[in-house]
Amino acid sequence: MDPGSPAELSLQRTLVLLVMLVSLLAIAAALIGPYSISPTQLIQAFAQRLTGRIDPALAATDTVLFSVRLPRVAAALLAGAALAAAGAVYQGLFRNPLVSPDMLGVSSGAGLGAVLGIFLSLPVPAIQGLSFVGGLATVAIVYLLASAVRGHEPTLVLVLTGIVLGALAGACLSLLKILADPYDQLPAITFWLLGSLASVRAADVLATAPLVLVALVPLVLLRWRVNLMSLGDEEAAALGVDPRRLRLLFIAAATLMTASIVAIAGVIGWVGLVIPHIARLLVGPNFNRLLPTAMLIGAGFMLAVDTLARTLAETETPLGVLTACLGAPVFVWLLASGRRGW
Amino acid sequence: MMLRRIARMDQGRGCNRHACHRRGAAARHRRLRCWLLALCCWLPFGAEAARLIEDSAGRKVAIPERIERVYAAGPPASILVYVLAPDKLTGWPRAPRKDERPYLAPATRDLPETGRLTGRGNTTNLEVMLRTRPDLIIDFGAVNATYVSLADQVQAQTGIPYLLIDGRFEQTPAALRLVGDILGVGDRGEARASEVEALLTTLDDVLATIPERERPRVYMARGPNGLETGLKGSINTEIIERAGGRNVADPGDASLRRGIVQVSVEQVIVANPDTIITWDPNFYRGVWRDPLWAGIEAVQRQRVFLSPLVPFGWIDRPPSLNRIIGLKWLASLFYPDQMPMDLRAETRAFYRRFYHVDLDDNTLEQLLQWTQGHPPN
Repeated sequence: MDPGSPAELSLQRTLVLLVMLVSLLAIAAALIGPYSISPTQLIQAFAQRLTGRIDPALAATDTVLFSVRLPRVAAALLAGAALAAAGAVYQGLFRNPLVSPDMLGVSSGAGLGAVLGIFLSLPVPAIQGLSFVGGLATVAIVYLLASAVRGHEPTLVLVLTGIVLGALAGACLSLLKILADPYDQLPAITFWLLGSLASVRAADVLATAPLVLVALVPLVLLRWRVNLMSLGDEEAAALGVDPRRLRLLFIAAATLMTASIVAIAGVIGWVGLVIPHIARLLVGPNFNRLLPTAMLIGAGFMLAVDTLARTLAETETPLGVLTACLGAPVFVWLLASGRRGW
Repeated sequence: MMLRRIARMDQGRGCNRHACHRRGAAARHRRLRCWLLALCCWLPFGAEAARLIEDSAGRKVAIPERIERVYAAGPPASILVYVLAPDKLTGWPRAPRKDERPYLAPATRDLPETGRLTGRGNTTNLEVMLRTRPDLIIDFGAVNATYVSLADQVQAQTGIPYLLIDGRFEQTPAALRLVGDILGVGDRGEARASEVEALLTTLDDVLATIPERERPRVYMARGPNGLETGLKGSINTEIIERAGGRNVADPGDASLRRGIVQVSVEQVIVANPDTIITWDPNFYRGVWRDPLWAGIEAVQRQRVFLSPLVPFGWIDRPPSLNRIIGLKWLASLFYPDQMPMDLRAETRAFYRRFYHVDLDDNTLEQLLQWTQGHPPN
């Protein structure tokens, strides 16, 4: 498709619109919060940072803005984009619209890792590290087990193995919950499993962003091959690609993204499932166009939801609750409207 | 709380022992009646004489006159029973950990782990509970419809009387008296109850002179990153108000005052508490070096306090009689002039009277190191 064609123009227009929308949302999110910051103060704070001279009167604003709120905005954008991208890849890879990034057990594994960390009363960075490792390890085990099984449709075996290991991780997690201190650890576990960006800080974003970017590289470079994969292994092989190696690469990339997000934000459901569908409605199933659109919508959606989460009440509303309340109706509507094509 | 003994039923095994040994038709009749009566007495209450108790939920429960073995339905109840009659406890909801053992009476350190029957997470197998052959089940803490129905259900299922006792601070003296009376240690119950009452009265007198706006604004930091807290009005944080502080996590509307919630650090910055209390050593160590918390008044004024956790937490965890020492401690931190406390002597005395242990200097020192911000590793 040459760049001048109408479809490409409309994609560009969609993307430009989405970028503007997300930017507006980001500015709004930077201004909204329990600590009141006016637009003038926002500009002043940025100017101060650029000139390097911090006015003591604005020191508190500076802390809230640059250490609390903006890292959180960045984390929301990152989480939404990464989860939506991972979901889009998985849905193409498994040729199934009901697939979400935690299909192969990454969320269950990451959840188990984090809960183990809370159970052992480890400091926060260790909890995050365990969560990240847990997510990666679970998917690695799923992949290895599924590769060991031969003679069946490979994606089917992967999905079934993922479900089995996810359930196993869930069982271990329940066991830890039962053993945990009900007055101290159990609430922490519950909050963690519902997902939240409340405790995200700049260091978390700086640690996670490179991982997500690294994982994005193969997706962007090989984006048209995701389309081939969605035709099925035989067709993909006939078209000259190695489906097994590609699948491994895409699964590794999507898992890396999801695991790094889950490590800092906890388990956030629905985004990876619903956002790719909305993106598909806008720009069609071609992964070339789907990936940037889904990432932008995901980022904007996550940012909006997180801003709601921190402003709805005096305390934090869990992200998992909000994404489910917003995601479930959208999903039912998508099912009812009967559109197809992934 | 209307807790009182309502009636005694002294018919029991007496009748079949004495009256039933005569011979003859009339005697046989009488014997039959007697057996029936004995059977009636035995069915609901066991072979013991029984009395009726009204618990905090208004449930009327028949319990045996003599109670030797008590199953504590959860951690708060286990502490209540332990304080009053450690020899009657059938087990701990969770076996004491290594660092907790020196602070418990030697005879109770090796009691089996019997799980929780209520509260968050039910871990008890009823058969395991029955195997400990309890005469009575006690739950101590929040009283609501869920716990009432659970108590009724377990009582019907096992035939073991099940009492629900209100665990709030204001009800503590009443609970000590009632359960002391039930367990046959009325004197000890009365002594502990008056001790608690004296503390509460002293506090009330001091607080009467301190206007609301001069009281410390307190944040209870829970969880590994300190971003969980208990809302004002929840049983987990009531110690803040009772010790004369103001909980900064106040949703205003009483209907929103549910238990533990998550907050963001921005909300803590806005609330700007002048005092932070916690029991989490990880959070305590980190808070001093954390730039996000650095601007908060409590951190700047070095008013972040770490509560000891052994054998039970001082400010919560669980919310039970263990909070009495914490209440005294917090009040002394909030109002050092009006509520002075000889931490060493009073801690030793509390552990002797409530926990039945004589702490040697070393053990006591380790405990008090927590309050200085040095928890053992």
